[in-house]
Amino acid sequence: MTGAASAVFLLDMKGRVLVWRDYRGDVTAGQAERFFSKLMDGETDPSSHEPVVYDDGVTYLFIQYNNVYVMTASRQNCNAASLLLFLHRVVDVFKHYFEELEEESLRDNFVVVYELLDEMMDFGYPQYTEAKILSEFIKTDAYKIEMTTRPPMAVTNAVSWRMEGIKYKKNEVFLDVVESVNILVNSNSQVVRSDVVGALKMRTYLSGMPECKLGLNDRVLLEAQGRATKGKAIDLDDIKFHQCVRLARFENDRTISFIPPDGAFDLMTYRLSTQVRPLIWVEAQVERHSRSRVEYMVKARSQFKERSTATNVEIELPVPSDATTPAVRTSMGSAVYAPEREALLWKIKSFPGGKEYMLRAKFGLPSIAAEENAPEKRPPIRVKFEIPYFTVSGIQVRYLKIIEKSGYQALPWVRYITMAGEYELRMI
Amino acid sequence: MSGHDSKYFTTTKKGEIHELKEELNSQYKDKKKDAVKKVIAAMTVGKDVSMLFTDVVNCMQTENLELKKLVYLYLINYAKSHPDLAILAVNTFVKDSQDPNPLIRALAVRTMGCIRVDKITEYLCDPLQRCLKDEDPYVRKTAAICVAKLHDINAELVEDRGFLEALKDMISDSNPMVVANAVAALAEIQEGSSKVIFEITNHTLFKLLAALNECTEWGQVFILDALSKYKAKDARDAENIVERVTPRLQHANCAVVLSAVKVILQQMELITSVDVVRNLCKKMAPPLVTLLSAEPEIQYVALRNINLIVQRRPSILAHEIKVFFCKYNDPIYVKMEKLEIMIKLASDRNIDQVLLEFKEYATEVDVDFVRKAVRAIGRCAIKLDRAAERCINVLLELIKIKVNYVVQEAIIVIKDIFRRYPNMYESIIATLCESLDTLDEPEAKASMIWIIGEYAERIDNADELLESFLESFPEEPAQVQLQLLTAAVKLFLKKPTEGPQQMIQVVLNNATQETDNPDLRDRAYVYWRLLSTDPEAAKDVVLAEKPTISDDSNMLDQSLLDDLLANIATLASVYHKPPDAFVSRTRPTQPRDDEEEFAEQDSGSGDTSAPVPDGAQVHGGYPGAGPSGPLPPPGGYGAPRGPSPPTGPPPAPAAAPAPAPAPPPPAPVPDLLGDLMGLDNALVPAGPVTPSAPAGPPLPVLLPAPAGQGLQISGQLMRRDGQVFYSLRFDNNTQMPLDGFMIQFNKNTFGLASAGPLQVPILQPGTSANTLLPMVLFQNVAPGPPNSILQVAVKNNQQPVWYFNDKIHLQALFVEDGQMERSTFLETWKSLPDSHEVSKDLPNAIVTNSEATLERLLKSNLFFIARRVLKDTNQEVLYLSGKVAPNVPFLVELTFLVGYPSVKCAVKTPSPEMAPLFFEAMESLLR
Repeated sequence: MTGAASAVFLLDMKGRVLVWRDYRGDVTAGQAERFFSKLMDGETDPSSHEPVVYDDGVTYLFIQYNNVYVMTASRQNCNAASLLLFLHRVVDVFKHYFEELEEESLRDNFVVVYELLDEMMDFGYPQYTEAKILSEFIKTDAYKIEMTTRPPMAVTNAVSWRMEGIKYKKNEVFLDVVESVNILVNSNSQVVRSDVVGALKMRTYLSGMPECKLGLNDRVLLEAQGRATKGKAIDLDDIKFHQCVRLARFENDRTISFIPPDGAFDLMTYRLSTQVRPLIWVEAQVERHSRSRVEYMVKARSQFKERSTATNVEIELPVPSDATTPAVRTSMGSAVYAPEREALLWKIKSFPGGKEYMLRAKFGLPSIAAEENAPEKRPPIRVKFEIPYFTVSGIQVRYLKIIEKSGYQALPWVRYITMAGEYELRMI
Repeated sequence: MSGHDSKYFTTTKKGEIHELKEELNSQYKDKKKDAVKKVIAAMTVGKDVSMLFTDVVNCMQTENLELKKLVYLYLINYAKSHPDLAILAVNTFVKDSQDPNPLIRALAVRTMGCIRVDKITEYLCDPLQRCLKDEDPYVRKTAAICVAKLHDINAELVEDRGFLEALKDMISDSNPMVVANAVAALAEIQEGSSKVIFEITNHTLFKLLAALNECTEWGQVFILDALSKYKAKDARDAENIVERVTPRLQHANCAVVLSAVKVILQQMELITSVDVVRNLCKKMAPPLVTLLSAEPEIQYVALRNINLIVQRRPSILAHEIKVFFCKYNDPIYVKMEKLEIMIKLASDRNIDQVLLEFKEYATEVDVDFVRKAVRAIGRCAIKLDRAAERCINVLLELIKIKVNYVVQEAIIVIKDIFRRYPNMYESIIATLCESLDTLDEPEAKASMIWIIGEYAERIDNADELLESFLESFPEEPAQVQLQLLTAAVKLFLKKPTEGPQQMIQVVLNNATQETDNPDLRDRAYVYWRLLSTDPEAAKDVVLAEKPTISDDSNMLDQSLLDDLLANIATLASVYHKPPDAFVSRTRPTQPRDDEEEFAEQDSGSGDTSAPVPDGAQVHGGYPGAGPSGPLPPPGGYGAPRGPSPPTGPPPAPAAAPAPAPAPPPPAPVPDLLGDLMGLDNALVPAGPVTPSAPAGPPLPVLLPAPAGQGLQISGQLMRRDGQVFYSLRFDNNTQMPLDGFMIQFNKNTFGLASAGPLQVPILQPGTSANTLLPMVLFQNVAPGPPNSILQVAVKNNQQPVWYFNDKIHLQALFVEDGQMERSTFLETWKSLPDSHEVSKDLPNAIVTNSEATLERLLKSNLFFIARRVLKDTNQEVLYLSGKVAPNVPFLVELTFLVGYPSVKCAVKTPSPEMAPLFFEAMESLLR
């Protein structure tokens, strides 16, 4: 079951190798190109093809980013999850280095690309992918340092994500609690699935090696501590922590303790699969007048408390690809026809709770239709919105303690926001 | 932070190498570094800069780390082509491995391990020994991996120098990353060895669990993967491990989560407490669900694994079916996997909601997905008897939409539903019959005909319906013909009136005389004989009760499932194949005596020992396999099928060349059949007696084992003795014997179809069989512009139908009488308009010796007409003729310079649209 990658390839959109790093000498760039051209000759384009493909004794795993394919190859039974994730991390590291990962930036930085590939993977085993620490000893502007004296301690330390000796004049932590509501409503107006994915996004500007402790209104913790839980505690279904959090400690007593990386990172994500009432409900009635025109009547209703307000609401109403001559009226906000998305976009800047707005639209259709009976694409209505100062889960940060041996005071700033994730309502 | 390295790619062409050489030897550091960058840039775009070896290596002794890294990179690439010069670098390597800077020490030992040159390897041992004990953990973790590198090159050396012991000691290293890398290296070395090298003991277990909490996420994956192989002593031991591993489920890295799941599932097998197991299942569910929020590629891997997990422990996700509902923007490969899991999790409790989803999917645009959704409804019907009626209603609603492929797919699954629930839902037959005219796919047609035959007594106009199919009997594919034959017999047995009697006469005549498909003919004879000797016995046989079916498609064999669950997160779990089925290069450590010999073979031939030779790409998934796969052909029960009538081997041994293994001796034709056997068999190509399968190069793989659930099919069209054959090889890597092989070809440009049955003996697991299938041309010609695609379907009694594509090589189709008189050639050339002349440069073709080339072309039935030499260019011009049956001549002009690549090929033919295929053939003939 052990296995490692043979090589990592960066290919352009035509499947030509831009840069590659050979780790085991048993898969060549020529092989990779041949495989990829075969893949591109196939019926499905590579981006909708399975990302794990066997060809001629070699397994290829690939992802696409911008105009670049990042691919690895192996002749062994390697860990597919680990290698695919590694490819995504490679993308992250390159983005950190070159701002954007694309064909051009790879060419412009091929020396660094080689250096990074050498450091991130050894003999096909993923080694180290912390962009911030890597940039401490692999620099793009090589003239700045003639000689690096040693690898940062972090590379091999238990705390592999933070450098020592960081200094800030003002020690601050910003904590954003962001909840994304994913919802799927079927054409019978039933909510078939809904969940909330939350993330605690942190930006830390702290000196030294600060020990942090985060307290949430987590029911399991509060009950364990014997505290009263008057409706305020919440149940989180599945919590995922950044690698800085001590998992064994959390398992023991639900304490979230960690030494944070410097700068921005996701401290934790969680999921809540309890049924959520759709925050914004959209209903569309469609009237088709044979092949001449189509009319829509859309109702949008906010189903949260009046004291909250959704902002930047955008309702994407799919329309036939050949629709023309839109005529639209709305009771609030503005609507524009976006033919490139085959949709009408209804934007409402501010949508307070407990309100209902309407939209009527009429489109002309060309009289000649394509082949009868060919099924049409039937994309769902999609909704985007943000509701500041509000969380669906009711999660609360009770405290964030920061202790550093120099004894400075650091204040945490906490914000809450709820937004639409994959928010889909299928049309009839 | 953007760089400007792209300028290094634009070097002047002329004298480039010379210029670089000068710059490399420049006394100015910057110039030197720029020159090395240019060299690496050239190397990156694939130019050969190996001739600069000495000059680049001379730059190695530098204080500049960036420059050093570039030179090292160059060495990794070219040392193998200059083993003698590579030795120049050894001194610097050894020196660097003692540099005060740990970055350089690590770099030196890391790079040396990548240079697979024996002479370098010898010198690697001392530095490696030192670096394994280095004070800096960064150097030690690099050295740990380097031991695995060295073992890959020279295992003996690793053992002799005691590196294995050093590696084992590293498991107790104070640094977690060193531990993790040592574990990875040991696991890899163990993998290739039959001896016990790395075994987790009580002591090491403790060390590994401690390091697990502290090392990087990638290191955690190494350790968890190693832990999953640990055999716990008892339930308590297992519980302890699980307890230490469970916190990993909270890690943000999906690979850590999956590997932790693997460890937990492995240890759970030992845990006896029901409560503990239930509790663990509860704990694993949320992290598994969260994997579906990851990047689509990771989701795909997760879904393939979840598919395995729910087969072993369905309770884990029994209540989570909703999370597998497809989102509109999910990539198609994710949707397909979600669908498969939805079927597995469907239950009486959730079926209504699931059906709503399937119905929604069945109206999407992606045809494959839609078909799979329709099939899913059928499979749910077969799986859940209480929901069957609801499933059928949804199928009927879908049929009403009248989308052609939905209707056909629905009819295929409804046939299976009828098999599962006989005499329950026949009331819908009338609705099905309405769609009769729209059926154009063989499987759908065959299913419909089966339904008509099976329920002939309830369909008033069954005879009319069958009649409508009969008109096209000779053109139908074998699958449909077989069903028509059986259905007609059933109809006759159920309604022995005049109409059906006439019909059966027509069908039997057709099937015995007008066909050259022995499979069909034999079945017809059997029916004929049965009907003529004892109609009652015929009833007992043909109308016998059929065993019920169940939805066990896509359920894995338990022992295979065990194997795959132990391999969670790895490729094996993605392919649903044991690792041996696709890992092509294992380097087993042989006993010392013959090790050298083996090592040589291994490095020299590399891939030839691969179980899967050259082949087409495969998909991680498999083509939609429905419950119809494992079914025997309907109606076939009781009645002997195929080429084995009860009396012995095929009565017409000349009918088809037997497969390679010695053909059965022709048995005496039984007297009873005498009257029937007197028929003229001249239609059947007499062919050579038994052409044996070629022993030449391995056939190209058409269906690789991972895609065929362990069945591998290789094949190639070839010509022998004036006849086209499909040379096929079947390798059975599954766990069960496979039999009842049948083959079918889709319409194609040349109307290639099988001229006889596919003769494959019962394939025991681990065995293979070669066969030559005689082919005929122009049977079922696909309209439209010519192409070389040959779509093939192969089925057997145990597996779903496999579909794959092959390429038609024109060179197998040139006929023997393609030779033209010189004068005819000239006339034909002149008579064809210029628009019929197409020419192309074949860059990869080469003629080194005209005579040899002509001989080779002659073997493919391309005939020499004339030759001339162009004076000014010294180019040679050859004229040839060839013909593809029956009357597509090709007049060919080849222009080339002997011994130089690139041949200009001009061809004049009445069918210029064939030219691209011709060029393809020519290019492969002139390679």
